[in-house]
Amino acid sequence: MKIFYLTITTILMTAAGAWAGDEAPTVFSNKEAIDLVQTHANYMWTLVAACLVFFMQAGFALVEAGFTRAKNLINIMMKNLMDFSMGSIAYWAIGFGLMFGASASGWFGTTGFFLSDFTPDGDPWVLAFWMFQVVFAATAATIVSGAMAERTRFVGYLIYSVMISAFIYPIFGSWAWGGLFNGGGWLENLGFIDFAGSTVVHSTGGWAALAGALVLGPRLGKYAKDGSVRPILGHNIGFAALGVFILWLGWFGFNPGSTTTADKSIALIFVNTNLAAAAGAIAAMVVSWFKFGKPEVGMTLNGTLAGLVGITAGCANVAPGSAIVIGLVAGALVVVSVMAFDKMKVDDPVGAISVHGVCGAWGTLAAGMFNMGGTTAKIIGVQLLGIGADFLWVFPTAFIMFKLIDKTMGLRVSPEDEITGLDITEHGGTAYPDFEVSSAYSQS
Amino acid sequence: MKKIEAIIKPFKLDEIKAGLEQMGITGMTISEVRGFGRQKGHREIYRGAEYNVDFVPKIKIDIVVGADQVDQVIQTIVDHANTSQIGVGKIFVLPVEKVIRIRTGETGKDAI
Repeated sequence: MKIFYLTITTILMTAAGAWAGDEAPTVFSNKEAIDLVQTHANYMWTLVAACLVFFMQAGFALVEAGFTRAKNLINIMMKNLMDFSMGSIAYWAIGFGLMFGASASGWFGTTGFFLSDFTPDGDPWVLAFWMFQVVFAATAATIVSGAMAERTRFVGYLIYSVMISAFIYPIFGSWAWGGLFNGGGWLENLGFIDFAGSTVVHSTGGWAALAGALVLGPRLGKYAKDGSVRPILGHNIGFAALGVFILWLGWFGFNPGSTTTADKSIALIFVNTNLAAAAGAIAAMVVSWFKFGKPEVGMTLNGTLAGLVGITAGCANVAPGSAIVIGLVAGALVVVSVMAFDKMKVDDPVGAISVHGVCGAWGTLAAGMFNMGGTTAKIIGVQLLGIGADFLWVFPTAFIMFKLIDKTMGLRVSPEDEITGLDITEHGGTAYPDFEVSSAYSQS
Repeated sequence: MKKIEAIIKPFKLDEIKAGLEQMGITGMTISEVRGFGRQKGHREIYRGAEYNVDFVPKIKIDIVVGADQVDQVIQTIVDHANTSQIGVGKIFVLPVEKVIRIRTGETGKDAI
């Protein structure tokens, strides 16, 4: 019996040895294997982060829905759904190439359109990188939806979505980030610091939002003839708060994911992101408490987002203590900014211009000011240059685009349609069929 | 037949309903309304802009009874709705011309 078992075992072990591979491991094949694991980890992290950033679309949708009226809810959801969908295709076709294609001039890319860098037997990294970048482009695009809410013709918004994803966003993006792939931009070559996009994404969206809000004009009833502000109440603060929480979560993909590398550096970025958000919320709450006598939820929510936008540029090169300072300033700044735009009669239903445009600029400047390696006049100068360049590219381009849309097909709905509600007039539906969605509160 | 319209504070509804049922009222209609009288509204703030909320949420109870029951209904409502605060409410009595029960076609007091 013993001999029988011994024989079987010997046969099995020999056979197993035949399948195991004939070569012994070497230092080089070990290194290759280890590098491959790191590469796989990079893919995993980048794509998981892309999921988190994608989910920010839900966050934006809820924030906008919460801060606007029930009669326009379908319109808000359609705009958020479609600026991502149309933006994805536009970025696949044109935007990605302009942003990350080979760039001889340093001003825009000229290769990689229609994702031509992808070949079935080539390196799939281009796909992972594109996936991460497209959700960033979509973030910039959807910022504008909030500032233009409740009075924009849907078809005009669709056209805008294509234009920002195909041209406006990627061209500045190529100046600051082109070198992350096949391109190279003049701004990044000067040492511009914008790790995850306070300027590239948020200010771009914010200034386009400003252009849209200016071309549209304020909502009916928002500003009285004597200049006083008559608030148009959001219909669901719960949505708005939930949206901010989702954005905060998504930002843990937005900032740390921008390493596109699975390594230890993401830990600092996580911490900075969280501290800045918390500080922004606190600062906005305290400022609103002093100014208005009670801690006000709308401003506090905006303050949280302001902190997040503010840390986005410097999340990888500032210390946690600095992240708190950056968040505190952003939270206070956003309250002042929201009220200033209202004084100027620029109607921004969700505060997008203040949160993303103004605080994006602050965050970019702060990344230079609080740089852990020390700051210099040159560093500050390049930051200011980048802030200015983004404004000078985005705002006029977006303004002209919105004006053109307005002249050719009309950007704003008619007053009657605005009063009726865009759900009915633009989409033929009601978001809340079981409820009466107009109230005795409304002045329009 | 008379219709009694009572504007009351919403949190008093259950108490009033219980009182009316106890005295034999078998039906009523309520609506959620807003109103103001000598009870003023208050100031609120939204994203940095202040505004007045003048209209206060109330409940309106509609009850249709025979004329002989009106005084008892009024007393029941007053007993249960009253507090010492401003804004407790008002009661109006209106005449009713016709009452019809849709299912059976009964009219008049039988339809109440």
